[in-house]
Amino acid sequence: MRTICFYFQVHQPYRLKPYRFFEIGDDHYYWDDFSNRSIIRKVAQKCYLPMNALLLELINQHKGAFKVAFSISGTFLNQMEEYAPDVLESFQKLVATGHVELLNETYAHSLASLKSKEEFQRLVQKHQDKIKQLFNGYTPKTFRNTELIYSDQIGAMVAEMGYETILTEGAKHILGWKSPNYLYCNSIEPKLKVLLKNFQLSDDIAFRFGNRSWEDYPLTTEKFIKWINAIPKEEEVINLFMDYETFGEHQWAETGIFDFMKRLPEEIFKHSDFNFSTPSEVAAALSPVGKIHVPTPISWADEERDLTAWLGNDLQDEAFERLYELENKVKGIDDPEIQRDWDYLQTSDHFYYMCTKFFSDGDIHAYFSPYDSPYEAFINYMNVLSDFILRIKEKEKVATTL
Amino acid sequence: MKVLMFGWEFPPHISGGLGTACYGLVKGLAHHNQDIIFVVPKLWGDEEPLASFVNASDVSIDYREKRFKKLWKNLTYLEVSSFLVPYLGPEAFEKFTDYAIHDRSDVDESIFSTKYEFSGKYGKNLMEEVSRYALTGAQIARDRSDFDIIHAHDWLSFPAGIAAKEISGKPLVAHVHATEYDRSGQSVNQPVYDIERAGMEAADHILAVSQLTKNTIVKYYGIPEHKVSVLHNAVLDASIIKSSYNKTVPEKIVTFLGRITFQKGPEYFVEAAKKVIDRDPNVRFVMAGSGDLLNRMIDRVAELRIGTKFHFTGFLKGDDVDHMYAISDVYVMPSVSEPFGISPLEAVRHNTPVIISKQSGVAEVLNNAIKVDFWDIDSMADSIFALLHYDGISRMFKELGSEELKKLKWEHVAAKLVTVYQNILSKQS
Repeated sequence: MRTICFYFQVHQPYRLKPYRFFEIGDDHYYWDDFSNRSIIRKVAQKCYLPMNALLLELINQHKGAFKVAFSISGTFLNQMEEYAPDVLESFQKLVATGHVELLNETYAHSLASLKSKEEFQRLVQKHQDKIKQLFNGYTPKTFRNTELIYSDQIGAMVAEMGYETILTEGAKHILGWKSPNYLYCNSIEPKLKVLLKNFQLSDDIAFRFGNRSWEDYPLTTEKFIKWINAIPKEEEVINLFMDYETFGEHQWAETGIFDFMKRLPEEIFKHSDFNFSTPSEVAAALSPVGKIHVPTPISWADEERDLTAWLGNDLQDEAFERLYELENKVKGIDDPEIQRDWDYLQTSDHFYYMCTKFFSDGDIHAYFSPYDSPYEAFINYMNVLSDFILRIKEKEKVATTL
Repeated sequence: MKVLMFGWEFPPHISGGLGTACYGLVKGLAHHNQDIIFVVPKLWGDEEPLASFVNASDVSIDYREKRFKKLWKNLTYLEVSSFLVPYLGPEAFEKFTDYAIHDRSDVDESIFSTKYEFSGKYGKNLMEEVSRYALTGAQIARDRSDFDIIHAHDWLSFPAGIAAKEISGKPLVAHVHATEYDRSGQSVNQPVYDIERAGMEAADHILAVSQLTKNTIVKYYGIPEHKVSVLHNAVLDASIIKSSYNKTVPEKIVTFLGRITFQKGPEYFVEAAKKVIDRDPNVRFVMAGSGDLLNRMIDRVAELRIGTKFHFTGFLKGDDVDHMYAISDVYVMPSVSEPFGISPLEAVRHNTPVIISKQSGVAEVLNNAIKVDFWDIDSMADSIFALLHYDGISRMFKELGSEELKKLKWEHVAAKLVTVYQNILSKQS
């Protein structure tokens, strides 16, 4: 029996409001409540609510034979509590079926794994606590790092924290001739199982589904099943990893994406030898075929599958360095607002908006960015960060005079 | 004396320094009881009644007048379309850069229609408007003979001034507020340069807003020195501005305010900032404005890793400009080539000590300021540091600077201008 593993990423950042130089030192609230709320509400209507309803229906219809996994970032969990309790409830119902696995990530959807082990561990723990609190004590066993960022070192760090399984990208340059359709293990800590995204099939759904100029348009369930049946019999698992917003937001309802998903499980049961599993089930059922070597970090973003969507240009590196310089100082400050802002400022999206790779994947970046240009994103972020630094200094001063 | 003056804009509808300077000059001349016929491409109706205004958009051209056809032939070189526009505010700049090369095929038709609605802006039809403006100048000069002298401000109105001179035979004064060399460095826009030069050559006398500009005129336009007088700008109001704005950050603030373009030397400000921040972290630098070098400056700031100490505000207008001056501890104008540069005087009005480049006209009138070569970032950094830390100098600059400002009055400028007019007329007779 071969298996398909669906994992959906659910994330929204706390976007910054337009924050001008004149406000530094005066206005200490950085978040664009209005646009954050309206985006959550908009996507809730187009994606979260209808897709959650569909998944619940499919799970019930197939009595648990159909199953999926979610990674829901902490910033999204918080925004659901604030702006979309109806969406939260629908996720809780899904998890309550017992056929939905929740993955652990960093609470702030941050890039801390690249910078600070201690901060990384703190944010992972915080995310776990939040999941426990919202999902009836649920404790995740599988880890997925922000944007599927992974390296041997990050894997070892995650293994050390007790996780048995991690998800990442089946990037061509790390796989070489190897297939992503097997279970692998970390090269430093072999007890950590590594699931690799089949980016071909995942992106057929996530990116190409509604693209009329794609040669395989329209993608039907028949066609999809033909493709997976053509995969060599010895290959054991197809990892379909994608943003949850694929359904109804990136691919609009009009493209037929919901109908595709509605029919897919039934057709797969009928016309293939595949079933469905969650990541921890895959890790338990299969044995790793070998170690996967990832000396430098990979991710699931852009053509390069590297970190250049978030880090590497001067704007990003400057913002990133200035932010993490504050880590030790922030730790000592017992102030819920400072702690909240510290978390939210780490969210990877802020750095993504500063990406200047205009010519290859720039249009995707522009689609997701609230700014007209990476330069504006940088200016706004640095203004906010400058105020944040002043607040920290202020707290330190108070602490020393006490 | 009655002056027929050609401008391009007049307050309150201005997009740059030219309109402000014309306003000050007209106001000063009115103080000396001079009559002025002030022509602008477009009147809005809310201009202060300091002159007898003529709206060029209301002037009908008598196309049967043979002399006009001849004039037009001389103006055909203006048909070359141009991207390059002076005095462009950052907002206009962004819009302007979007324009594609303009199709000029309709020009003859529209320019000889009896009426022509000018935009009076610096838009894509600029060259067409400049040409039509010249014809308007000719028509006005033919219709009225009640003026003694013609005065044209900058290249936009030079063709109008030349035409008016040809029709009326009255002497022409060409007033140079900026040259193509200031705006573009060595990569000049040839059609604009040609018009500037034609205006200077046709003029009986030339006024330059600074010695610096006079030097440019002599060096790059081949004009004999004796034909050029220096007439510095002044300030409309020299009073000290008490602002209610308070700084919200504990650090001192060093400000650059202006277009972020080659002419203004923004990169030298960034490099100097780095040097200062390395020595003194308790200072913030602000670059206020917009322009084609903005993104390059942001890149450089990030590269120098001074992003939490160096801020960008984008284009500021109205109240925000006052706010910016008010909270600044030092104002820097590192212009590579600035014919005059009024903004440091605004800073002085806010009691902010200033550092200006030696390559600016304002350096010739403002003594209580630190003057550095625009390229000398070490000296610029030193000066910033000194003004931030040695209260003695900044206190002195504050006191003496505001005293100095009081002497820079448009009345004085206008008095000097009247003498220039008289000299020209006496030579004529």
